[in-house]
Amino acid sequence: MTVALFDEVGPRGRRRVLVGTVVAGTVLLAVVVVAFGRFSSRGQLDADLWSILVDPGVVRYLLGGLANTLKAAAAGMVGATALGAVMALGRLSRRRPLRWLAGLYVEFFRGFPLLLLILFSAFGLPRLGVRFPLFWYLVLGLAVYNSAVLAEIFRAGILSLDRGQKEAAAAIGLRHNQAMLLVILPQALRRMMPAIISQQATLLKDTSLGFFVQYEELLRRAQITGSFDGNLLQALIAVAGVYIVVIFALSRLAQRLEVRQRRRFGGTIDITGGPEDLVAVETEGAARA
Amino acid sequence: MEILADNLDRFVEGIGATISLTVVSWLAAFVIGVTVASLRVGPIRPLRGAATVYVELVRNCPLAVLFVLFFFGLPSIGILFESKFVSAVIVLSIYTGAFVAETVRSGVNTVASGQVEAARSLGLGFSQVLGLVVLPQALRSVVAPLGNLFIALTKNSSIAYTIGFIELTGTANQIAVENAEFVTAFAAAAGAYLLLTLPSGLAVGALERRVAIRR
Repeated sequence: MTVALFDEVGPRGRRRVLVGTVVAGTVLLAVVVVAFGRFSSRGQLDADLWSILVDPGVVRYLLGGLANTLKAAAAGMVGATALGAVMALGRLSRRRPLRWLAGLYVEFFRGFPLLLLILFSAFGLPRLGVRFPLFWYLVLGLAVYNSAVLAEIFRAGILSLDRGQKEAAAAIGLRHNQAMLLVILPQALRRMMPAIISQQATLLKDTSLGFFVQYEELLRRAQITGSFDGNLLQALIAVAGVYIVVIFALSRLAQRLEVRQRRRFGGTIDITGGPEDLVAVETEGAARA
Repeated sequence: MEILADNLDRFVEGIGATISLTVVSWLAAFVIGVTVASLRVGPIRPLRGAATVYVELVRNCPLAVLFVLFFFGLPSIGILFESKFVSAVIVLSIYTGAFVAETVRSGVNTVASGQVEAARSLGLGFSQVLGLVVLPQALRSVVAPLGNLFIALTKNSSIAYTIGFIELTGTANQIAVENAEFVTAFAAAAGAYLLLTLPSGLAVGALERRVAIRR
């Protein structure tokens, strides 16, 4: 679509684009060369520094870190989904105190950084006498914070459905809960899927905050092994690559789904931007349906 | 409660650090984002490729990893900044810039192609079409998602604590540890963040209504 911004330029334009391409290509190449030069002049390209990374012991150690990351992300996601669903239903409840409480919960926990919550969970709760393994402090923080974000996604998904759906369900004699369960949620869930997966990618990124509380996830283990072997830079680059591959795959999946939803149903929850918290969820398509 | 009164000046300092970090990083991220988005829709292929690589790499990397890599990894190749504030601004703006770029690009995609065709037929060149016709409309249509990013940046600035830059979260943590009093210190910080993010949300809403394109 944006191709129209520059396509079919005239002869002068073509020449300009050619010059631009050559100049830009040269500059970019120069940047890459300088970067490599910097690495090699400081001995950071030495084979030793990189080859330790494929040492079986180091690989096993880092894969263990990845497993810890994925475990925390999975547990956090399960908790966040359950809590988020409860809060979304609470906000849509017909009972005012429930709506009010759920709204307060959502606005409160979305309003400050996840890091603050994780630090409080890991350092504050033990002092208050709440003790469990380190893993669960991190999961608790991830779950509570993300449940507030997911609650907004769920609510937006439910509200994005055409009002006729609810009215039709009422007209054939379904009660509020039945209509919700049998008519509204199945359709809403489809619309939410891209946003939910996108938030999952965000949550996976956020597990790296376990670094602060000494949870041995991927980043922490990269730092430990890198400091031990004296190849911190190389270990961090490798681990960044692993994160990027995994999270890229998840966000790509979310994008694919979003495109498909848009084509098929005309409406979905906007995930513009990518794996970053959806603070205020935009819905579209409801009016068009 | 006492620890709040005793440490009020530190809290205020922390809030100030969070605000200045957020605002400076946002300005830089906005410039990066609009530039990268322009490159991504532009005619010059190598720049398009470089912009795409930047967005996909940075967007899918956890911010804490970027902070650790920048501050603890890059000194090995001689890249180290004296000031932690500068380091934090660089990392935060590089990170947020990738999201701003994607958001602006999605805004560019919402501009009707007739607008571009009309501008082209008036004889405007690429940069004129982009700067005078497309971007002004595109930016107006993405005020809300950009506002989201600003609020996310406010919260993300806490991760600068990784490199020891003390802002609001760091201040709260220090005070909590020193006084062994977690609830009050963290509740105060949470309240302060809410005071920062809620008005931002309202301001974004107001701005969105003001610049909305009436059709």
